[in-house]
Amino acid sequence: MTSALGKDLLALEPLTPEQIRLILDTAEPFKEISERAIKKVPALRGKTIVNLFFESSTRTRISFEFAEKRLSADTVNVASVGSSVQKGETLVDTARNLEAMRIDMVVIRHGASGAARFLADRIESNVINAGDGTHEHPTQGLLDILTLRDHFGDLAGRRICIVGDVLHSRVARSNIWGLKKLGAEVAVCGPKSLLPWGIDEFGVKVFKRVEEAIEWAEALNVLRLQLERMQAGYIPSLREYNRVFGITHERLDRAPRDILILHPGPMNRGVEIDSDVADGPHSVILNQVTNGVAVRMAVLYLLAGGRPELAESAKASAPGAER
Amino acid sequence: MTEARDILLSGGRVIDPSAGRDETTDVLLRDGKVEAIGRSLGAPEGAEVLDCSGLLVSPGFIDVHCHLREPGREDVETVATGARAAAAGGFTAVCAMPNTEPVTDNQAAVGFIIRQGLRAAAARVYPIGAISVGQRGEALAEFGEMVGAGAVAVSDDGKPVVSAHLMRTALEYAQAFDIPVIDHCEEPTLAKGGSMNEGMMSARLGLRGIPAEAEEIMVIRDILLARRTGGHVHLAHMSTAGSVELIRWGKERGINVTAEVTPHHLTLTEAAVGGFDTSAKMNPPLRTEADVEALREALRDGTIDLVATDHAPHHYDAKEREFADAPFGIVGLETALALVVTELVEKGIIDFPTLVDRMSTRPAKLFHLEGGSLAQGSTADVTVFDPAREWVVDPSKFLSKGRNTPYAGDQLRGRAVYTIVGGRVVFRLEE
Amino acid sequence: MPNATTILDARAMGRTLRRMAEEIVELNEGTDHLIIVGIQRRGVQLADRIVKIIEERDGVDIPRGALDITLYRDDLQTVGPRPVVGPTDLTWNLEGKRVVIVDDVLYTGRTVRAALDELADFGRPSRIALAVLVDRGGRELPIRADIVGKTITVAPEDRVDVLVNELDGRDAVVVVRRDAAEATR
Repeated sequence: MTSALGKDLLALEPLTPEQIRLILDTAEPFKEISERAIKKVPALRGKTIVNLFFESSTRTRISFEFAEKRLSADTVNVASVGSSVQKGETLVDTARNLEAMRIDMVVIRHGASGAARFLADRIESNVINAGDGTHEHPTQGLLDILTLRDHFGDLAGRRICIVGDVLHSRVARSNIWGLKKLGAEVAVCGPKSLLPWGIDEFGVKVFKRVEEAIEWAEALNVLRLQLERMQAGYIPSLREYNRVFGITHERLDRAPRDILILHPGPMNRGVEIDSDVADGPHSVILNQVTNGVAVRMAVLYLLAGGRPELAESAKASAPGAER
Repeated sequence: MTEARDILLSGGRVIDPSAGRDETTDVLLRDGKVEAIGRSLGAPEGAEVLDCSGLLVSPGFIDVHCHLREPGREDVETVATGARAAAAGGFTAVCAMPNTEPVTDNQAAVGFIIRQGLRAAAARVYPIGAISVGQRGEALAEFGEMVGAGAVAVSDDGKPVVSAHLMRTALEYAQAFDIPVIDHCEEPTLAKGGSMNEGMMSARLGLRGIPAEAEEIMVIRDILLARRTGGHVHLAHMSTAGSVELIRWGKERGINVTAEVTPHHLTLTEAAVGGFDTSAKMNPPLRTEADVEALREALRDGTIDLVATDHAPHHYDAKEREFADAPFGIVGLETALALVVTELVEKGIIDFPTLVDRMSTRPAKLFHLEGGSLAQGSTADVTVFDPAREWVVDPSKFLSKGRNTPYAGDQLRGRAVYTIVGGRVVFRLEE
Repeated sequence: MPNATTILDARAMGRTLRRMAEEIVELNEGTDHLIIVGIQRRGVQLADRIVKIIEERDGVDIPRGALDITLYRDDLQTVGPRPVVGPTDLTWNLEGKRVVIVDDVLYTGRTVRAALDELADFGRPSRIALAVLVDRGGRELPIRADIVGKTITVAPEDRVDVLVNELDGRDAVVVVRRDAAEATR
C-alpha cells in the first residue's frame, strides 16, 4: 500500500510541490485537535511506531511522540543510551530486528547522513527521517514552511533567508528544497566557512554579510550554531560570531520592514540570536513548536495509508457516497 | 612444476605495442617463453592449440595497484584468491600494496607474499614494500632488503606520505634500487572526515567532501620533489582534471613522474553516490563529468601512463552501513578490462593497441617487470581476450572474495578468454 | 447523468428539510440547549439549511458545528485514509446539551458510529439524535435515525447522491444505478 507520499518521508528534495502542499493542508485540521480537551483521535489505533533516536533530541522526539499519541498509535522510544545501539549493534542489525518485530513505522534520528534512507531501503515499515546527519530534517522543514505559510499565505515570491551554519545544517537543506518548491525566493547567509561549497548551484542567493540579508529578507530562519564548530576551526569564537552574524535587535531595527524570525531550536541566546529578538513581537518560534506536532501528525497519518494518486483526494469528496 | 606443453595461439589479432605489432598471426609458446611469432606456424607434436580467431592476443596485463589483504585480513582476500581473480580478469601479474596487517615493510614480509604468490600459481604477485616503517610516515623502511626479497616498488598507499621531507628522502634513496616511489596523493587536513567529492552532490547529501585540491596539492608537491631529486615518482589513482594538468606540466619539463588511473575514475562520477550508495564510495572519491573527461583524454595522450585497478576487497557486509562509516574502495580485477573496452575503446576514445600499451607495455616498463612484450624470447605471459564478448557483472561469480562493486548488473563487453603465465594457462573462460 | 433517477428535486428537498427542521424542534421540545452538528461534507450544508429554517421561524440563534469523522473511521487499515482531512469545528461546550447530528445519507451506519465516538471526545451531551436526509437501508451496525427525510430501497451496488447547491450547483437527491455508478467512478 503506497500513500500519496510513497512509503517513507526521507527528505523534501524529492517531493513534488503538490505533495508538500498536501502535507501542509493535512496539517491544518490537525492543529485543531491539539486545541481540544481530549487531544486524541483514533486514526492510527493499533499502529506501532518506534522512535529510534541515535542522537539525543528532546524537542523533536517529544513532538513526534505527541503526534503519535494524539493519533492513538502505540509508541516505543529507543534512545541510543542504554540500548543495544550503544553496544555496537549496527544499523543494519537494528533494521532487521525492527523488521522481525513487525513495526508499522519507524521515526529515525541518526548522526550519519543517509541513515534514514539506509533503513528505509531495508525494511518494509514506513520510515520517517527525524534528521540524518547534515542531510535533511524534512518534518522540521515542513513545520518551518507551515509557520511561514500561516503568516504570509502564499509563499510564491516571498524572500526567506536562512542564516548561520548552513554547512552542517539538515534543517537548512530541507528548508531550501521545500521553500523553493513552493516558489519562495531563498537566500543563505553566514561565514563562507560555514556554507557548503557549491551552495550557489542550489539556486539560492548568497549573502556574505548579515546586514545585506536583513535588507533583503521578509523572514529569517536563524540556525543554531554548535559549539563544536568553533573547536573545529570554522569560526574564531562565538563572541565574534555574535558580533558579525548575530541576529540582534539593533540590526533588525535598521531593516526596511518587519522581519519574521524563525529558529529551529534549541537556541543559543546571545550567539546566533539575541534574547530580545527571540522573545520579540516578530518571533514565531513558539508557533513553530505548535505546528511541529500538527505537521508530524499529518505525515504520520498520510504515510499510514491512503491512495497513491493525489487526484483521488479530490474525488474522495464525491457526493453522497457514505464512507 | 611439471614441464608445460607447448601452446599455439592460432589465428588471433596479435597486438604488441613494444614491437609495433598489430596483425592476425600465430604465437607459439614453449618453455615459458615466446618461441615464435608468425603466420601459419603449425602446431608442434603434443602442443595445445588454442583457437584465437576473433580474439585479441596481447602481452599479459599487469595491475600495478591492488590490495590482496594478506597477511591480516585473509577473511577478505588472500594472495591466492586475489591472484586467481587477477587471472580471471586477464592479468598475468599484479603488484600487491603493503597496507597489510602487519604492514609489508621488511624483507621477511615481502618474502612471505612472494611465496604465497608462487603457491597460488595464478597471476604473478609482486609485492610493493612500504615507504615508512609501519606506514607511520616516520622512519624509512629498508628498501634495499625488500627489493632484494622481491619488492618492485615502495608505497605507503592507503595513506599519503604526509611529510615532504620523508617523500624527498624516499625519492632519493629509491634511486639506488631503480624502483618507483608510489604516492597516494591526499592532503590529510583538507581531506579529513571526507567521504565523497566536494561539490554540489556532497552539499545536497550533507556528506563531508574531499576537495580536488586535497589531491592536487600533493601531486604538485611530489612532482616538485621528483624534479629536485631526480627520483621516479608514480602517482596512484589520479582523479581530477587538475592533477592531469599538473602531471602534463611535469612531463613537459622532463620530470620523472608517471601516473595511473583506475577504471572507476574513468567511468563513474559523483552522481553514483546519489542514493548514499556505499559501493560508490572510493578514495580518492568519484569526481565530476569534467574530471572523467580529462582523465580519459590523459590516458589517451599518455599523460596518464597506465590503468591500475586499486582492487580493494572488503568483507561482504562491510559496506552495509552508513555512508560516512563505510570503508572506501571496490574490487576491480575482474571488471577492469571490460570497463576499459566498453567505456573507452567502444566509445572511440582509445584503440586496442593503446589499451594494451596502458595495461601491459607501460606497467612492465615503468615497474621493470617481466612481460609486457610478445617479442621472441620474452616471457610467455599472454592475455587472450574477446573484445566483443558481452556479459553481465554478477559479483557472486567473482573469484575474488570481495563482492563490493558499483557495476553489479551492468552489461559490459570484453572478457579474458585465456590468461597464460609463464607458458601455462592459468585461466580459461568457461562457456 | 446517465441512468440516474431523481428522488427529490430542489423543491421537494426544500420541503423535506423544512419538515425535518420541524421534527427536530419537536423532538427536543423547543430550541433550548439545541446544537446542530453536520457531518463533513454534505451533512454540514444540510445542517446549515436546517439551522437557518429554525432561526428564521423561531427568531433564535442555534449553535451549529461541523464534524469530520475521517480520523475516527474504522477502515483505515483496509482502504487507507482519505488524504485530505476536513475541518472539525465544535467550539461549544456539549455538556448537558441536546445534539442533533445531521448527515446526508444513512447507509451502513459506520459514519454515524465514528461521529458518536468523536462527539464523545468533545464532551457529554444529555442526548444525541440523528437526522438524515435519506435512509437507504443496508445497515451494518445497530443504528437508526430519529428523523428521516426520505426512506428509499436501492440495491447495494447503486449509489445515492445528495447534491447541494453550495458544492454541486443544484439541490437534488438522485439514485445512480449500478452500471452507471461503475461508469462514473
